Amino acid sequence: MTAGLQQRPAAPVAPASQPRRRGRASRTVVSGGDRVSRGWMIAATALVAVASLYFLAPVLWLVVASTKSASQLFSTPGFSLADWHLWDNVRELSTYDGGIFWRWALNSVVYSVVGSLLTTLLCAATGYALAVYRFRGRSLLIAVVLGSMLVPGTVLAQPTYVLLVNLGLNNTYWGLLLPGLSYPFGVLLAWIFAQNAVPLELIEAARLDGSGEFRTFATLGLRLMSSGLVTILLFAFLGSWNNYLLPLLVLTDVELMPLTVGLTGWNQASITIPGLQILTVVGSMISVVPIAAVFLALQRFWRAGLTAGSVRG
Amino acid sequence: MVAQAPSAVVPRRRVIGGGGRWVPYAFVTPFVLVFLTFMLAPIVIAVVNGLYSSQSSGLGFGGAETVFVGLRNYARAFADTDFLFSFVRVALYGVVQVPVMMVIAAVLALLFDSALVKARRFFQFAVFLPYAVPGVIAALLWSFFYQPSVSPLVQGLQAIGVDADLLAPGTVLWSVANVSIWSNAGINMIILFSALQSLPRDTFEAARLDGAGELRIALSLKLPMIAPAVMLTTLSTVIGTLQLFNEPQVLQFITPNISSDWTPNMAIYAVSTLGRDAHLGSAMAVILGLVTLVVSLVLVRFTNSSARGGAR
Repeated sequence: MTAGLQQRPAAPVAPASQPRRRGRASRTVVSGGDRVSRGWMIAATALVAVASLYFLAPVLWLVVASTKSASQLFSTPGFSLADWHLWDNVRELSTYDGGIFWRWALNSVVYSVVGSLLTTLLCAATGYALAVYRFRGRSLLIAVVLGSMLVPGTVLAQPTYVLLVNLGLNNTYWGLLLPGLSYPFGVLLAWIFAQNAVPLELIEAARLDGSGEFRTFATLGLRLMSSGLVTILLFAFLGSWNNYLLPLLVLTDVELMPLTVGLTGWNQASITIPGLQILTVVGSMISVVPIAAVFLALQRFWRAGLTAGSVRG
Repeated sequence: MVAQAPSAVVPRRRVIGGGGRWVPYAFVTPFVLVFLTFMLAPIVIAVVNGLYSSQSSGLGFGGAETVFVGLRNYARAFADTDFLFSFVRVALYGVVQVPVMMVIAAVLALLFDSALVKARRFFQFAVFLPYAVPGVIAALLWSFFYQPSVSPLVQGLQAIGVDADLLAPGTVLWSVANVSIWSNAGINMIILFSALQSLPRDTFEAARLDGAGELRIALSLKLPMIAPAVMLTTLSTVIGTLQLFNEPQVLQFITPNISSDWTPNMAIYAVSTLGRDAHLGSAMAVILGLVTLVVSLVLVRFTNSSARGGAR
């Protein structure tokens, strides 16, 4: 799961889940007692702490570095604070090249928000139909969805680019938005969620009350599936936020680029334009921290989603 | 459209197929359309496009014409030793990166699952944090750790008398591997951890009563029980390895030791853009797709047979 289009998660697989909180509490009592020696506890915690240091350090460095001036970036030790230049840096970032950075940020937000909302809606409708209806071609659709999860996204990037050129959609918002809507893994998740969360009796009751099929889906189905849909939404969001190879191929207009392409472009240019280095650092910090915060704040949702998704995955 | 059958006659059908017969199709049509356009069509395009070539007439004036060349693009791709070597490179990379990352993810997941670790929520947050960092930004971030002029890492090593060049021809492959381990160990840890959390606890209690230590329980009970999750995360990591692009593409800017066709995907990108030969690029994409498919199938087969072996 290292590359480009493919940064969405692979199918999680696990045996059926049980209520986690309860399991955790009882286990802590079991092995937290005298059976486990204090020494092992310290050793294990120390090991995990060292690992955490490795995972945290680059982000910490990024935050510290973005408060430094361009010259201090090179002259002061990486992890120690120097003079507070963060606001100057942000001001410089906002005015550089006519404020192009915020344009990129806006593009990234548009691609990710619009893209993930549409993707989630498509996945929800398809997953709901697979769970609620029996129709000709249903098994074929399921087989194709499962099979296509083996097709790596980045291999598709080049032919997708060729296709978009033929459609005249290269270098447009739609050219980047539309390919992202095809998200078979999301359909699979939505199907599983719908099976678990939408009782057919309820659909039938709504029908008897005279609710149309689409109204039932919009008012009942979406609401019942909502906790699962948050998972799809988050991963679709992260997938397009992280997207790099496709925009790199498809977009040539600087005004349309997302942050990933814009910032790496700056990084490349900073070899000849020294002032750009600190702007790349500050820009990266601004692009990482809010997303990380949102993603971690919503941890409970998507973690539960991953576990629920694994019930039948 | 279709005459509604009275519900008393076929009650079961009503439950699963209310409304017109077209209703389910209306639900799936949007997805099917984008799927056909952006999943199936690109595959067809790559296959067809790879069989053609654009040849400019005369002195390059007057536009190029597209001619059928059969498998000539494939022959060119296979004659390109740099392209072929890029597969060897990612294979070498994968042989080291995949086991290292899976061991890190599994050890952390097992530690978090045991009650040994204090402040578990915080540490899990720390391990997972890099996953929320876009891959290219992660590469950018690590590129500052690899350049001697800014790197706290290189400077720290120098202070204790170690002269490290993290971008030398021999080390740069592992510097790239480090970035993707940093980025992806967290999500794999979370998936394995979720699998561990859903295991029945009484088995371990019984083993404990029999005198098995925690380490023994982790290695010979827990790990085999989450084997499907381990196999699937491994499979997706291997597929990701073959697709390697973002990290080396970014690190390429700071070192001459990463060429523009360093990985298969980079070669495809370079040919399609700089080389201006989308046809050759398509043929190369088909080759990469097929190699990925074969590797996945071999791994799945291997997994299935070893699972059966374990059950015996």
